[in-house]
This record gives sequence, C-alpha cells and structure tokens, in this order.
Amino acid sequence: MSSKTSSVALTEFRSNPLSIIGLVLVALCVGLAVFADLVAPYPAHVGPIGDFMAINQAPSAAHWFGTDTIGRDVLTRILYGFRLSLVMAAMVLAISMPIGVALGLMAGYLGGWVEFAIMRLTDVFLAIPPLVLAMAIMGFLPATLTNAMLAVTAMWWPWYTRLVYNVVRSEAREGYVLAAEVIGASPLHVMTREILPNCAPAILTKLTLDVGFVVLMVSSLSFLGLGVQPPTPDLGSMVADGAKYMPDAWWLSIFPALAIMVLVLGFNLLGDGLREAFDAEV
Amino acid sequence: MSPILRLLIHRLALSLLVLAGVSILIFFVARVVPGDPARIALGPNAGAEAVEALREERHLNDPLIVQYGWFLRDLAGGDLGTSLYTRRPVLQDIAAYLPATLELVFIAGLMMVLVGLPLGRLAARHQRRGPDHLARFLSVLAVCTPAFVWGVILQLLLAYVWPIFPLEGRLSTGVAPPPDITGLYTVDALLTGQFGTMLNALYHLILPATALALSGIGQSARLTRSSMIETYRKPYIEMARAYGFKEGRIARRYAFRPALIPTLTVLGLDFAAMLANAFLVERVFVWPGLSRYGVEVILRKDLDAIVGVVLVIAAMFLITNLVVDLIVSIINPRLRLAEKRGK
Repeated sequence: MSSKTSSVALTEFRSNPLSIIGLVLVALCVGLAVFADLVAPYPAHVGPIGDFMAINQAPSAAHWFGTDTIGRDVLTRILYGFRLSLVMAAMVLAISMPIGVALGLMAGYLGGWVEFAIMRLTDVFLAIPPLVLAMAIMGFLPATLTNAMLAVTAMWWPWYTRLVYNVVRSEAREGYVLAAEVIGASPLHVMTREILPNCAPAILTKLTLDVGFVVLMVSSLSFLGLGVQPPTPDLGSMVADGAKYMPDAWWLSIFPALAIMVLVLGFNLLGDGLREAFDAEV
Repeated sequence: MSPILRLLIHRLALSLLVLAGVSILIFFVARVVPGDPARIALGPNAGAEAVEALREERHLNDPLIVQYGWFLRDLAGGDLGTSLYTRRPVLQDIAAYLPATLELVFIAGLMMVLVGLPLGRLAARHQRRGPDHLARFLSVLAVCTPAFVWGVILQLLLAYVWPIFPLEGRLSTGVAPPPDITGLYTVDALLTGQFGTMLNALYHLILPATALALSGIGQSARLTRSSMIETYRKPYIEMARAYGFKEGRIARRYAFRPALIPTLTVLGLDFAAMLANAFLVERVFVWPGLSRYGVEVILRKDLDAIVGVVLVIAAMFLITNLVVDLIVSIINPRLRLAEKRGK
C-alpha cells in the first residue's frame, strides 16, 4: 500500500521520462478521438462509402495513410477507430471494475464462505485465457459490438476482485480498521469508507493499464472477425482486412496496427508510471 | 508424506475443482444463450421434425441439470460430442489440430525463456542506465502490442520486403509431412531421420513463433528485472561484493537464481496466454492449428466443438501451472530443505 504522500508520488511520476511519454501519447490519442469530427480529413469515410476515384492509393499529401479498396481515407478511419476503441474500453471497465471491486471487498473483508465462493469463482474465470473465453461467449451470441463488449466485460471483473482482495487482506488488520470496528462501524462502512480509499491507488493504476489491454482484447476479437462488424471503423478489423492485400497495399494494415501499438503503449507507460509513483502492487 | 508431494496433491485437487468449475461455466453459458442449437445446426431450411429429432438425440429437451449430467458422463468417457461442422467427434478434431498449435507454442515458450530472462538480467545489472531503459522500453512495447500486429509486421518485413522466411504454412510446398507420430512435425521428422523436413518445419516456425513469443519475452524480461533488483538489495549480495566477486558472477549466481522463482510462476501464465494468442498468430500465418478450427466452429455456432476447445485449453492451462509448481518446488531450496528436515 502507498505510504507516500500524493506530492511525493507526483514528483516521482514527473521525474520518470517514460511516464511523461505515456501521458503525452494518451493525451494525443484521447484528443484525436474526442475531436475526430474536427481533425479527420474525410469524416464522410466513416461509413461504407468512400471516394471511388481514389481507391487503393498509397500514402500521399492528400491521404497521409493512403486509401482502402473502396477509396476511404485510412487516417480518418483510424481516428474514428481510436474513438470506438476508447469508448468500448471505458464501457467495459465502467461495468466490470465496480463489480470486481465490490466482490473483492466482500471476499477479503467478510471471509468465510463468502470468500470461498467468490474466490473459487474467480479462479474458474482466471483459468481460461481471457481471449478464449471472450471468443467462446461470442460463439454463443451474434457478432455485434454490444455483444463483444459484454463478452469482454464478463471476463474482466475477476482481475479486480483478485486485486482488491489482496489489498483488503493486507489492510484488514491495520489499526484504523480495528478502530472503526471498535467504535461500532458497520461492515459496509468499514469496507467502503475505511478500506476502499486505500485500494484507490492500486485500482487507478490497474484501470489505466487496463484501458490498453481492453483495447487490445477488443481489437483481437475484431481481428478474428468476432467483434465489431463493417462498416464501423475498428482498428483490429482494419488490420485483418488489410492483411489480405499485403504486400502491395501494405498501408492498409500497417497503419492501423501501429495505431493499436501507440494507443496501448501510451496507457501502459502511463500505468507503469502510476504504479511506480504509488508503489501500487498490481 | 513429504511436503512437496502434499503441496502437489493439494494443487492437483484444486486444479480439478477449477476444471469442474470451468466445465459448469462453459456448459451453462452454451445452453443459456438464446437460439436453439439444433435449429442452428440444421439450418433454417430443416423441417420441424428433424429439429425435434436432433433435440431428442442431443438430450436438449431435458432440464439443464440433467443435460449437464449427460455432458459429464460423456466427458468421463472421453466423449466431447460431435462437431456439427466436420461431423466428426470433437475429440478427434482437436487431436488433429492441437499438435500444430502445441509445436508453435512450445517453440515460442522456448524463445520466451532463452531471450526474455537474459534480457531482464542485463537490464537489472545496468539498472537505470542505457541497457535498462532500452530493455524496459522494448519490453513495454512487446507487452502492449497484440500478437497479430507483430505477425503482420514481421510478415511484411521478413517475408515480403526481405523474403528471408516463408510466408505461411508449416512446410514448403512439395515437402511431404513426416509420418504422424506426435503430430509435431519437427519431432516426427527427427524421429524418422528426415533432417531436411525437420529444418524446413523449423524454418516455417521461426516467424510465427517470434510473433507469438514477443509479448512473453517482454513480460519475462520485465519480471526478471524487477525481482532481480529486489534481490540486489539483499545483504548477501553486499557480502559477495565485499568479497570482491565480479559483477557478472554476482548477477549470474547470486541475484539471478532467486529471481527465477517468481519469474517462473508468471512464465506459466504467459505460456497460457500464448495458447490464446496462438489463435491470432495462426490466422496471420495460415497455420493449420487449433485456432483455425476454433474460429470456424465459433462462426458456425457449433456448440459441442466450442465447449470442447475451451475445455481443452483450460485443461492445458491448468496442467502448465501444475508443471510450473512442480519445477518451482524442485528448484526452491526452502521447500527442499523443509523436506529433508521432515525426514
């Protein structure tokens, strides 16, 4: 657990060049995603219709990252792909994190059969590689964007449960928890008001890292054809579609591939920086 | 009973419990989802009687818990059902596709250990200096790039632009696959003395295995680095320095070995992650492994086959972790000593 004050953590964060690179990359990607409508050179190319006069063009001044087989600007689609990836990551984490944290708090603090049931369930989920479980769930559901998100959400919460569980186990015997219990605080109060704030650095760090990993997972699903469907611009399916035209139209898959790399790298470096600054065990 | 044996039996029991949980989870997810599996299997043009007959044959009309009972009974007899796509037993299908995946994952695992650990050691020795920053940046990059992106990049650079490596497949056209003994081409070719075929198979393995291994290499390097740095703070390292031992020897003999134990545990997890990532890499390199089968059956909503693939992968994951536990308990002197004292 963090024993540092927040100003020490901030100074430490600032002194690490990699964290700053991460912060810049994240700001860049989020900014491009938010302002995609303003920044994208050809916003009309988001849908299924491109410019038929300019198909399969190599990168040029007019199309920095080239155009695809139906004349859509690759850069534009990457920018909207950023937006979609980030929105999906935010929604997956907004659902799975609170569930995972609540279960982790209960398992760690209440103990007994609650702990046994929750932690064994967590083990079961963690015993299947996430991508395989998400793929299997997609196997039972129609391949749509919402279902892909549901599939990823369904396998994401156990990581938060395990994380919070471990933190709670080490915090539960601390003086401030005992003090709260002695003055008659309810278990709910102890869990949410006393212990939870001390889990915050670990949760925040994991959230930052996870934005990258959820993007990775969703784009992997789409790459396999099990996630986002055309014409919605998605980085993973762009790589998969473009790979069919290698090596002649290399820009079709290489640029979206690099875009995934930059996006995930940014959140990873930022998360790593936070981890070191907070001394969080994630 | 020796402590190591007791630990292993405990772990084995826990793994079986988890596997049972996985089977329940995947079985119920497969059955609860909307859509009639029999209808999906037969297609929209099949008559109502045919659908009903298949429902009856597959026990789909029974209550869920009874269906799970049937499922377990079949499972105990090694029967994972019949694939609606290939019309063959799922187990037979998996046995046919699994070796290609395992061969890929084994080679990638080997790369992960042989490159990742030395890289981490190098970074730890030169902490907060050039090689460390470089290794850390490379490992972060490796960790956060999906395997299929590595696959596409490696393929473009080393198969198209500089055609050093073959583009796809397990063997060159015209090279006959070796006789099927283990299903691993390299091993089979070696066993039957076909060295040309073995080299050809190995040559085809390099690019996909690298694409698959890169994130594991990054992860293991990162972990080796951080646990070695922790060990470097221990007093016995200080003592070794005081004795005037060379830095290289301190790193190799005193800091690296204890760091190996936490790293090994995570290597098991990475190995399991590779089983999943193999799905992505196999797609890029048109590798005839489990993923081609897996994606195919998923797209066709072939329920028995999906359940079979997930169960096999979960079982391999658990087996890997058991093996890692075994190795850790053998090399960890604390456990060994506890065993001696116990006698």
